Amino acid sequence: MYGGGYVFCEPDVHGQPDDPERLAEFEARIDRGEKIEPQDWMPYEYRRQLIRLIEQHAHSEIMGALPEGAWITRAPGFKRKLALIAKVQDEVGHAQLLYSAAETLGKSRADMVNDLLSGKSKYSNVFNYPAKTWADVTVIGFLIDAAAIVNQVANSKGSYGPYCRALERICYEESFHLKQGYDAFVALATGTKRQREMLQDAINRWYRPIIHFFGPPDNESVHSKQLMRWKVKMASNDEMRNQFLDAYVPKVLELGLTFPDPELRKDPQTGRWHYGDPDWAEFYRVINGDGPCNAERLSARRLAEENGRWIRQAIMNPQQKFTIPFA
Amino acid sequence: MNPIVELITKLGDDAFILGHRHSEWTGLGPILEEDIAMSSMAQDKIGHALALYTILHEQFGGPDPDTIGFLRNEKEFRCCHLVEYPNGEYDFTLVRHFLFDHAELLRYQLLRQSTFAPLARFAAKVMGELKYHVLHADSLMQRLALGNEESHARLQASLTEAFPLAAGIFEKSPYEDQLIAEGVFAGEALLQQQWLKEIEQRVQAWDLHLPEAREPLAGLGGRYGYHTPYLQPLLDELTSVFRSEENASW
Ligand SMILES: [Fe+2]
Ligand SMILES: [Fe+2]
Repeated sequence: MYGGGYVFCEPDVHGQPDDPERLAEFEARIDRGEKIEPQDWMPYEYRRQLIRLIEQHAHSEIMGALPEGAWITRAPGFKRKLALIAKVQDEVGHAQLLYSAAETLGKSRADMVNDLLSGKSKYSNVFNYPAKTWADVTVIGFLIDAAAIVNQVANSKGSYGPYCRALERICYEESFHLKQGYDAFVALATGTKRQREMLQDAINRWYRPIIHFFGPPDNESVHSKQLMRWKVKMASNDEMRNQFLDAYVPKVLELGLTFPDPELRKDPQTGRWHYGDPDWAEFYRVINGDGPCNAERLSARRLAEENGRWIRQAIMNPQQKFTIPFA
Repeated sequence: MNPIVELITKLGDDAFILGHRHSEWTGLGPILEEDIAMSSMAQDKIGHALALYTILHEQFGGPDPDTIGFLRNEKEFRCCHLVEYPNGEYDFTLVRHFLFDHAELLRYQLLRQSTFAPLARFAAKVMGELKYHVLHADSLMQRLALGNEESHARLQASLTEAFPLAAGIFEKSPYEDQLIAEGVFAGEALLQQQWLKEIEQRVQAWDLHLPEAREPLAGLGGRYGYHTPYLQPLLDELTSVFRSEENASW
């Protein structure tokens, strides 16, 4: 899964200035649409921001496994149970792929995980909201995965080779998640009165986090110009949000469901969607650690890491009497 | 009960309940690679249960698979105690998976010869997956048993706990003689013999040992509907959404 609303770093004023000739050469390659590979020269700032971006994406995949994963044991019926395990498994696989992509830039998986657990690294805000009922799982699988696809398809056209290749495979799997998510969503929308109510309630609760998903409006996002020039950031937050609303709001409305925002409408002149104030202060509160589930999610992740420590130590033991490649 | 229905029910229930336990690790595995492996085996196991319940539905006029899986009460389940136990730490999960899947692979090897064709066909189909499950269990058991002092001690402790329970896998069915006579299944006694050989060999090679004293009734009862206290809460959770709305489709 994942999404937008990446938090890029403040430009590092203490960083080494880049050799202007190499920088010009690098930018010319990007302009020609070439991919940058791990062994290639790259500006200091490019590497730093990319690590941050891919790492956040990886964390979002692994943290995104938690709210849905909690429903695997309760998924109603074989079809939903099998689909949900497969989906969450994919998300964990995405984390693995993305950690490897980030490692090509020089930061180890262990360091990234430590920064996640200490709260230094961020991950997508949506996973700090609770999945209260089965309907939440269908809203996540349909709408959050749809939003993630908009974001990931954009990123897959970026300039860093390993990240693009990981994203191509990820997008392919995400499209299955979306299909299954939509199927489960429609089952509730066309189900009993209680099922419909449960679904409407979940949409009401998820609407704001979904609007937040792509990050603050463009006029509030800082220093994204250079990142767009370097094809690290591929589309503006507002563009992606608009693309998402345009494709998916009608799909929800046509099922007779509603959104809890009287201002939500498409401007027929500009073709752009207008939405009511989603309280961006809440977005910043949650990303800085003060959301409804931040503490719970991090402690679940911490516990999983703690529980795995003896296995990692045994496997990496230099005195080990026997080694084979890990299956 | 029809002897074949009884046999298929217990096979399906073992796979369903153990698959459910495996899936509790999804997203919470001790390392990403194990998280993914466990999720994939969970899907295989639950898929096996679905296929077996489908045979009951199609060949014997039983209810549809969701009804079999999600609407029976605890007494109607025929799984063995070993699969009902909570996951505990990863060492217990791994040792259980090792003990169970060796039995499972050998069982389906025997069932390939079954005179009941749908079961023989299913056995041929699942062998490939089960070989992978056994390979996974063996390679991780080996690495951890020979890893360091802590990992060795953990596996030994879990083996001492789980091995006696594994006897319940081979608890004889009330129709054992009939199933053997009709060539449906070669029988639990033969299977247990074959299994013990495989397990002993490996355990020795990895500096582990099987516990000495064996409580004669440990792990037994599941095939007759007498379960551990862990099964009912598992079923409550498993069926909570499914049962929350009557005649709904999800
Ligand atoms: Fe994903
Ligand atoms: Fe996804």
